[in-house]
Amino acid sequence: MRIVQELLFVILFGTAVYLFSRKAGQIRKNILLGRDNDLNDHPDLRWKNLLLLAFGQKKMFRNPLVAVLHFFVYAGFLIINIEILEIILDGILGQHRLFVPVLGGLYPVLIGLFEILAVLVLTGCAIFLVRRNILKLKRFISKDLDGWPRSDANYILITEIVLMLLFLTMNTADQALQGRGAAHYIPTGNFWISGILTPIFAGMSDGTLEVIERGCWWLHIAGVLAFLNYLPYSKHLHIILAFPNAYYASLEPKGEMENMPAVQHEVQLMLQPELAANAPASDTMPKFGAKDVTDLTWKNLLDAYSCTECGRCTAACPANITGKRLSPRKIMMDTRDRLEEVGRNIKANNGTFTDDNKTLLRDYITEEELRACTTCNACVQECPVSINPLDIILQLRRHLVMEESSAPAEWTGMFSNIENNMAPWKFSMDDRDKWATE
Amino acid sequence: MHIKTMAEYAANGETPEVLFWVGCAGSFDQRAQKITKAFATILDKVGISFAILGKEESCTGDPARRAGNEFIFQMMAQNNIQLLNMYGVKKIVTACPHCFNTLKNEYPALGGNYEVIHHTSFLQSLIDEGRIKMQEGGSFKGKKITYHDSCYLGRANNIYEAPRKVLETLDAELIEMKRCRSKGLCCGAGGAQMFKEEEKGTNRINFERGQEAVATGASVIAANCPFCMTMLTDGVKEAGKEESVKVLDIAELIEQSMK
Repeated sequence: MRIVQELLFVILFGTAVYLFSRKAGQIRKNILLGRDNDLNDHPDLRWKNLLLLAFGQKKMFRNPLVAVLHFFVYAGFLIINIEILEIILDGILGQHRLFVPVLGGLYPVLIGLFEILAVLVLTGCAIFLVRRNILKLKRFISKDLDGWPRSDANYILITEIVLMLLFLTMNTADQALQGRGAAHYIPTGNFWISGILTPIFAGMSDGTLEVIERGCWWLHIAGVLAFLNYLPYSKHLHIILAFPNAYYASLEPKGEMENMPAVQHEVQLMLQPELAANAPASDTMPKFGAKDVTDLTWKNLLDAYSCTECGRCTAACPANITGKRLSPRKIMMDTRDRLEEVGRNIKANNGTFTDDNKTLLRDYITEEELRACTTCNACVQECPVSINPLDIILQLRRHLVMEESSAPAEWTGMFSNIENNMAPWKFSMDDRDKWATE
Repeated sequence: MHIKTMAEYAANGETPEVLFWVGCAGSFDQRAQKITKAFATILDKVGISFAILGKEESCTGDPARRAGNEFIFQMMAQNNIQLLNMYGVKKIVTACPHCFNTLKNEYPALGGNYEVIHHTSFLQSLIDEGRIKMQEGGSFKGKKITYHDSCYLGRANNIYEAPRKVLETLDAELIEMKRCRSKGLCCGAGGAQMFKEEEKGTNRINFERGQEAVATGASVIAANCPFCMTMLTDGVKEAGKEESVKVLDIAELIEQSMK
């Protein structure tokens, strides 16, 4: 019987890990569809960002109350993984609480800590559900989240609550069985939370308790493995990608726009024609700006997968606050949706993309949204996981203007004023220093 | 006051301490010209040798670049860099955070490397060095002032304290808006919005910000950017407070309060 359970566990665990790595590989492939962007400079600063922004969740603390709740859920989730390690080893080796003899008196202390974390995770998730569904905070009822994204958020919170309840119930049954001296349930010492809860099971037989304990054990680990495989399809992927995304976050001042060496070179040849004679002729027309996800950098695409749709960006966006269509969160969600679509297309066509007459620009993100951006960087500032929606907006704008000559009439006027009068307004160059003589 | 150009300095074989980059708004916009004059007056009073480029100055290219027109940006930038390098410019001060950002962060990639300082930081160092001395009981003493962080000085370049330190010398009561520093709300002009109508929405960004500034009860809104100046002035007007609430640049506040 034990060998059957072990075998069953190994199959379950192996399948879960296999499916997850296959999907993770697909996401990695999708991200690498983006254009190259070397972000390996200054590893010291990058590690600092990783520690402060991802591990330390520095930006979450811009709103301390929510940050503390989120930190409970995050820390709980991270630390309880140590317990998951024991559960996995128990499963593979057919043991029960393998770490008891190793850790001795430390064991109940550790489990006690995990249980406290479990209660904190539970409380945090419950409050988050209330904020989303009862208090209906503005950023959670936005139409950005209509349909799947709103359900996704609730599924995640409910799953975490269920997993924590299973963990606590399992321990309570275990403690009760230990008290009765049941076979296989080695004495561990008192667990801090479940130790108090044992009276719940007072009237039940040893057999029933064992079924409850084993049932919770299996449901808990199966739930964890299922959740692992849910991540890549969910906004919750941020629990993994927040870390690389913080590492690869831009180290430049937020005001700096990416240079376009191809245009720089063109203009150089125009202004200094004598250089043209020695310039190597290029036979490929460079593409300006971004029309689809593959024109964006891989960091933009990693951003898209790292987004957990919290909406802090949109809540701070001046255009959105004043009722314009632009929502930086939607820019990120659109980018991910389109990238997934392109990835599926490539997979279905044996590794090559087959034109589907769609692009990120227009089919997902409209000109009206792009035009409304003031480049104020509030979205970039607010994002707790180092996402830069502005960078995508600006690349799409570059495509509109340079590839399609599509700009509002006032901008076209502004361009020609700069070109002809060296100022965005129609003033004579000779009047530039008139103020100094008045 | 005669304001010398780089060309005049060069003709005499001299180099000024600093180049004052006036910018298009500072040169042509009537309201912003007052800021330009106020800042030039301060530099003159303090005895700093400075020059402007005069008719030779061109737009930095910022609005074109942010609207998506990299060609025009590159044309402006490369011309300006050629000119600045020809004059051997080392240090630039400007009263426009958009020019500041472009000159400081975007020109180096194109071969333009200068020490670029925004006028609020420049004023702070002049105050710290004791070169600017304030009048006793200046005209803003005890008045309520609220400061509007421009996006291109604040979030874009992380300069939040220098302008506030300068304002402290006025002996005024500084009141912060709820959305201040890195949480500051944009005036609505950046990213070339200054040059076009807003998209359809429920409110204008500058009305929203003007309302917030007026709600602090301040009689002065301090700005550091000529575009914010235009937007906030309109915002205050919309809130019906143009008589009681003035929008002034930090340079103007200092110029009116220094000895």
